[in-house]
Amino acid sequence: MAVDFVLDYRPLWAVLISMVAAGLILLSGRHPNLRESWTILAAFGKAAIVYSMLPTVLAGTVLETTPLNIAKGISLHLRVDTMGMLFAALASALWVVTSFYSIGYMRELDEKHQTGYFASFAVCLSATMGIAFAANLLTFFVFYEILTIATYPLVIHKRNEEAINSGRKYLVYTLVAGQLLLIGIIWTQLLAGSGDFQAGGFLAGKASVGVLQTIFVLMIIGTAVKAGVMPLHGWLPAAMVAPTPVSALLHAVAVVKAGAFGILRVIGFVFGPKLLAEIGVATFLAWVAAFTIIVSSLIALAQDNLKRRLAFSTVGQLSYVVLGASLLTPLGFLGGMYHIIAHAFMKITLFFCAGAVYATHHISNVSEMRGIGRKMPFTMGAFAVGSLGIAGLPFLVGFISKWNIALGALQGGQGIFVAVLIGSAMLSSAYFLPIVYMAFFKEPEEMTHHGDHHGQHGEANLAMLIPLVITAVFSLILGVLPNAGGSFYDLAVMTAKSIVGGNLMGGGW
Amino acid sequence: MQELFSQYFIYWLILILFMIGPFGMIYKKNLVKKLMAMNVMQVAVIIFFLVLGQKTGGTLPIEMHGLAGVENYINPLPHALMLTAIVVSLSTTGVALALLILIQRRYGTLEEDEMLRRMNQ
Amino acid sequence: MREQLPALIIIVPLLAALAAPLIAYLSTRLLRIVIIGAILVSHLSALGTLLRVLAEGPWHYRFGGWLPPWGIEYVIDPLSGSMAVLISFISLVVAIYSGPFFKADTWLRKGIFYALYALLTTGLLGMVVTGDVFNLYVFLEISSLAAYALIASGGHKATVAAFRYLLIGTVGASFYLLGIGYLYAITGSLNMADLVHRLQPLMDSPAVLTAVVMLVVGMGIKMALFPMHGWLPDAYTYAPPPATAFISGVMTKVSAYVLFRFFFFVLGAMNGPVPAALTVVGWAAAVGIIIGSVMAIAQTDFRRMLAYSSVAQIGYIALGLAIGNTFALIGAVLHILNHAVMKSCLFLVAGGVKWKTGEHTIEKYAELSRRMPLTMGAFLIAALSMVGLPPTAGFFSKWYLVLGAMEAWMWPYIVVIILSSLLNAVYFFRVIEHVYMKKAEPKATEENGGGRELPVAMLVPIVLLGVGILVIGVLNEPIVTQILQYALPGGGR
Repeated sequence: MAVDFVLDYRPLWAVLISMVAAGLILLSGRHPNLRESWTILAAFGKAAIVYSMLPTVLAGTVLETTPLNIAKGISLHLRVDTMGMLFAALASALWVVTSFYSIGYMRELDEKHQTGYFASFAVCLSATMGIAFAANLLTFFVFYEILTIATYPLVIHKRNEEAINSGRKYLVYTLVAGQLLLIGIIWTQLLAGSGDFQAGGFLAGKASVGVLQTIFVLMIIGTAVKAGVMPLHGWLPAAMVAPTPVSALLHAVAVVKAGAFGILRVIGFVFGPKLLAEIGVATFLAWVAAFTIIVSSLIALAQDNLKRRLAFSTVGQLSYVVLGASLLTPLGFLGGMYHIIAHAFMKITLFFCAGAVYATHHISNVSEMRGIGRKMPFTMGAFAVGSLGIAGLPFLVGFISKWNIALGALQGGQGIFVAVLIGSAMLSSAYFLPIVYMAFFKEPEEMTHHGDHHGQHGEANLAMLIPLVITAVFSLILGVLPNAGGSFYDLAVMTAKSIVGGNLMGGGW
Repeated sequence: MQELFSQYFIYWLILILFMIGPFGMIYKKNLVKKLMAMNVMQVAVIIFFLVLGQKTGGTLPIEMHGLAGVENYINPLPHALMLTAIVVSLSTTGVALALLILIQRRYGTLEEDEMLRRMNQ
Repeated sequence: MREQLPALIIIVPLLAALAAPLIAYLSTRLLRIVIIGAILVSHLSALGTLLRVLAEGPWHYRFGGWLPPWGIEYVIDPLSGSMAVLISFISLVVAIYSGPFFKADTWLRKGIFYALYALLTTGLLGMVVTGDVFNLYVFLEISSLAAYALIASGGHKATVAAFRYLLIGTVGASFYLLGIGYLYAITGSLNMADLVHRLQPLMDSPAVLTAVVMLVVGMGIKMALFPMHGWLPDAYTYAPPPATAFISGVMTKVSAYVLFRFFFFVLGAMNGPVPAALTVVGWAAAVGIIIGSVMAIAQTDFRRMLAYSSVAQIGYIALGLAIGNTFALIGAVLHILNHAVMKSCLFLVAGGVKWKTGEHTIEKYAELSRRMPLTMGAFLIAALSMVGLPPTAGFFSKWYLVLGAMEAWMWPYIVVIILSSLLNAVYFFRVIEHVYMKKAEPKATEENGGGRELPVAMLVPIVLLGVGILVIGVLNEPIVTQILQYALPGGGR
């Protein structure tokens, strides 16, 4: 398949626009309306830039730019391939939605430190774009670490003891992982002479099996921490002290998906499925992912705090992506990649709902949610859509990715993972559907201390409500038309094909 | 061994002189004695250089009639260098003494133990 | 005039230093102008020299027209040229910064401070541009004497620290002098370029071994290489803030430069006892990195924490020399540059906080982000750079160092570097937590300059260095390929 490479500065603008916005946000801290308009402008601008590149990428052209060299012999290389496009289109689209939601949420709760919040958020999105478009390992790492640091202020947003401790936990996990990733990257750099991502991998035959295995482990640990693969997931539930929009976009879409995206890059573009099949470490990763899927669902069952339950659900769902990739089959890869999209829409809906419930009624525990669906029918309706999607109900977006992962497992002759998927689907129904049931069919409790002066509130304010309805509707649409919005399914197919170098069907490589 | 001693006797002497420095600085508790030990050490280095310039049978490096050839004159360069080194050593001692006066004024003692005790009060 | 640029680098600040007390008597405002102007001239001369050197190759400047090896010559190659630019730049920035600290002082104190300051600058610049090993000793002592006196001006505890530093520093200088004495004894030359040729056949002689040991001890003391770092924490902690910023930024680096110059240019890294000496230096550095970082975690005084961090950071440079391949040397030289900018920035911030609130313990840094947002922004960048997170400058020196260590297959060093960045993260994020999150107790005492930011003269240098860290980080590739690469032995091939 001939691929055209075209020099284009748009990837760079896509990265820089929110970086510039962050500066403007910091400068206009005293004028909230001006400050928020920078966020909105940057969000729309970024989405416009990213989506303007979509048709070209779908036509099989790869856009790239190398504005400067970041180290001796290595350039800051941004390249928009299908996989990067998939992630960038997702993140930039959801940032628009989240921006409105954040503004509604922050103003409703009258939070402090909003300037720092919006600025960090913008930097996070820059870093996410950089990760999506990075064409070599060092570029990837630079943005990966920027993301780590930019997320920290969001985690400790509340500035209380709990937030500080969570922040420490977050840093310990991510910084250590970052350093391990760095060793892996430098090692690769020396062995291969370059770190340029290449569909199908570039490390084959460069070193002995033992060395390759070590590098793989280093890189996977480095990326899996962000993706919350057990036992490296500890920071994720702790980071739920952050404001809900942060949890929604970053801990369901950008940060954790950057980790999952990194794993896909490592498996598909650094090592390549063929090499991994030879050195045989991917099976191990698949088992770790399967373990994570089941165990995190079990833990989620026991959580009463809604956000913690969502967090453990996230941990489990992310491992679908990891599992899909580590099956080393084309359909598994396809499914894993599409699950980035699927899970993003569903989980952001769920988090938006959780945030709306908290901001409007100051309820954060599942047990307090009796009858909430009668006060907030739209919110909880969206919540129901998200829950069913996570459970993998057909005609919702979650089904498509899981179906493909299951096919991928069969394609690789590893049918046992299908059982894992089914088990997990049942467990997710078990931890989400009772919430929906309680919200709609249980009588509301008598006025608690929460309800006293919030009793008059019904539905969440519009700035929160509209975004969450949009994402819920999208979860439905994508379930029927998987290409809606950003041609996500085509992008995933094209990536999987480029790694395989041919047809998706036909079992194995 | 005998030869090693006789031929390099002066170097052994310099070595001993040099080692008095660190020894004194570590084991003497009085700050002035530490300073003196430091001076002894500097003198050792100066002598070392002067010995390098020395030649058996050489004379002052001022040209004299009837005496041609470098072997008749001692090497003047180390002397010139050591003039500089002496100046440096003098300045260092000067700065050190000034510091000692300040310490004496503030803590009323130059004994290290006593000074540290008063410092941490 | 253009032909005399290398001489201007040294002579202008030297004259300014000598004239300083007199000018101070006339007008203290004029004094600041003269000192800053002199250092600026020196900086521009260094810059001009470096540009010419990069275009035309090393510049041998002969004082008084005396030919080497008899006369003293200044040799400016890309390495010494960039060092001179760096030193004069930091000196300039700190000179601007130091103004508000001496507002209340008498003309005599101001005059003497600036005289010493210019003298220190002169000494350090002289050490890097000279091509004569004895001349280097003289400049070493000029800079050291100025530094002792500057440190001593910080108060009572500073006097004791300065006296200790004086004793230890003189031991170091004596060792250095003895070392070059041995080299002179066997070659009869003091000129570096001349020594290179004369030493080659003699590399295996015991005299060279002795000289190498003496040089390592002497410069090890001066650059505070573990375990010879004992003088450093007290000296940095108690010295007056502007002096600390300058001394911490460049003084130890210049000694590291001297070691680099001797090992890689004069003696040759592969010859005689040098590889063994480098191995010893490497292990000392590795242990120093860990011990320095751990000690830094244990400190409650911000300046003392930075001082121990310096012990660790100098280890990075020494480690780069010890590994000795191209990547590692790039890392070492780049880290000299990076650390000078980062550490000066951090000490300027520490000085600013001390000036404003009178406090220097980490606890008292609580909520400073509100009162001093720009200063703390610069601090944040510098701290992230110390931890070594991209895209700040600190990451890239780490990148080259690890790349070098990996290429030389020196695993323990990689572990040390990685571990050290994590330890750095521990103690810097602790400060960051205080600055941005902890609630401050209400203060009774009045602050300098009210509740606002620092005065412009202090703020500009801090912000300049903070931004500089980012700029160096982003532009490290041109810096490396167009300047530093030529600074390595053999032009970096």
